[in-house]
Amino acid sequence: MSDKVLLTFIYIVLIIILAAVLYPLIYIVSSSLSSPQAVVSGRVWLFPVELSLKGYTAVLSNPRIWSGYSNSIFYMCVGTLISVFLTFALAYPLSKKTFYGRSTIMYLIIVTMIFSGGLIPYYLTVKSLGMIDTRWALLLPQAIAVWQVFIAKTFFQESIPDELNEAAEMDGCSDLRFLWSIVLPLSKPVVAVLALMYAVTAWNAYFDALIFLKNVNLYPLQLILREILIQNSVDNSMMVDVRTMEARQGMKDLLKFSLIVVSSLPVLIIYPFVQKHFVKGVMIGSLKG
Amino acid sequence: MSNMTPISAAAGMPAEPLRRTVRSEIARKMRRHWQLYLLILLPLLYFILFKYVPILGVQIAFKDLSAKAGIWGSPWVGFKHFEAFFNHPNFWLLIKNTLFLSLYTLAVGFPAPIILALMINELRNGMFKRTVQMVTYAPYFISTVVMVSMILLFLAPRIGVIDHIRTALGFDSVNFIGEPSMFKTIFVLSDVWQYMGYSAIIYIAALAGVNPQLYEASKLDGASRLQKIIHIDLPSIMPIMVLLLVLNMGQLLNIGFEKVYLLQNPLNTSASEIISTYVYKVGLVQANYSFSAAVGLFNSLINLLLILLANFGARRATGSGLF
Repeated sequence: MSDKVLLTFIYIVLIIILAAVLYPLIYIVSSSLSSPQAVVSGRVWLFPVELSLKGYTAVLSNPRIWSGYSNSIFYMCVGTLISVFLTFALAYPLSKKTFYGRSTIMYLIIVTMIFSGGLIPYYLTVKSLGMIDTRWALLLPQAIAVWQVFIAKTFFQESIPDELNEAAEMDGCSDLRFLWSIVLPLSKPVVAVLALMYAVTAWNAYFDALIFLKNVNLYPLQLILREILIQNSVDNSMMVDVRTMEARQGMKDLLKFSLIVVSSLPVLIIYPFVQKHFVKGVMIGSLKG
Repeated sequence: MSNMTPISAAAGMPAEPLRRTVRSEIARKMRRHWQLYLLILLPLLYFILFKYVPILGVQIAFKDLSAKAGIWGSPWVGFKHFEAFFNHPNFWLLIKNTLFLSLYTLAVGFPAPIILALMINELRNGMFKRTVQMVTYAPYFISTVVMVSMILLFLAPRIGVIDHIRTALGFDSVNFIGEPSMFKTIFVLSDVWQYMGYSAIIYIAALAGVNPQLYEASKLDGASRLQKIIHIDLPSIMPIMVLLLVLNMGQLLNIGFEKVYLLQNPLNTSASEIISTYVYKVGLVQANYSFSAAVGLFNSLINLLLILLANFGARRATGSGLF
């Protein structure tokens, strides 16, 4: 096979992949901007048909979605702060060659990666800590991801020279002071990576909320989404001026498309800005972790 | 500490004082860096509370948990719950579904990002390359709930876009998601759609690090593009492929609860019930803690065995493993 044939083949395959990834995304946005009738009768193929914002007004008029949204923002912000702090506090000492006990601690952490107690002991532990049906249940039990610890540790080892620490120590600078005024300002890229990864995970998580929360007022957005999108329970309050069966079905589907867009918005907005950091983070963690 | 030993040994010190010096050296270091130990205290507490306490909690798999006596006070019952699970009428179905689903995911989902990365690596740096990368990473950020609802919307009979295409072409309307035979394929293909681009990042990075002299040498020798891919690109990402394969093997029975659970409906459970969804339903929904903890422990042990086997195999085959 000549090089030209191969290259043409690669271009064709990649264009097909590109279309296959993009089409569902475009279809969802277009449907969310169409009229209920157009959605249910299947007239939407690529672009919005009979442009309307009915889906969005229905979504935004629902108090449950607002409550889920604000809960999720809370879990995402506070959870990310806690996670980044704990990851930092673990990874920094582990990155120091002079830190006695680092290999033992590393070993203890890696063990948790390949063996776990399983769902039931995990649930019972959280329960015995009195966290069921509290916001803590979504903030603490999954706070540290071992992979992120590796990313941060590798970053410290590569970007903070030992000589710098030794010089500071010679001048009588304490470890915490060094961490605060030298390491932290140098670590902005890795903090960005960690924060982004934790934030995305927190925003998208639903499993812990499913097992730990019963109080609807604490539900994160993903649980509310599950009820509406997957269990198909749509309040009548969202069904404004729909009478016939078909109009009802159309409104239900339209609502789902709009809801998907609204719920993915925060992540999609930050994505282009952080993509570079994100790729870098995956690379540090995987190649050298 | 490490540079301490040879010097003092060379000075002809006897063994006993040497050990004492090493120990006091450690104590001195720990005292000097007490702030770092303070810092690591909270994360360590986290690991003890949320990782190691649950590991101790697996003992309930060998007990009959009663709410009054608690985890430590409940009576031991030996392997009763394991026997009950092995004799359960659905035992083989669960094992079969779990294994088949994860092997299927591995067989399709493992090579896909490698092929994608090799293809992207052939592109010149420019708009098209950046677009392909940016677009294929994007689905990774979609939540499982949204992903599953997209699958349901697209595959719904009569109103989904796939069904519109089928009816437009003159085929019958099909309820894909209620069809047990379709379940695994839907799961695997949507997984590839969502994670192919993200998983390719690692390989793309490794390919970017290949020594350019290798390419120049192969060009001088008259190698074609395909030969270059097979003889230079593939071997250079081999270590990462092995590493990820070992890690994936260790997760074989842990195949994503979240997505399977959301995709389940009464029509497809014969194909979609896997160990983790079963543990959740029996354990947390029906509050049958001890029995489902036994099922979960069985799952964890098989995983451990698989990762050790895969690691051993990788060591034998390529000389490098994960640990």
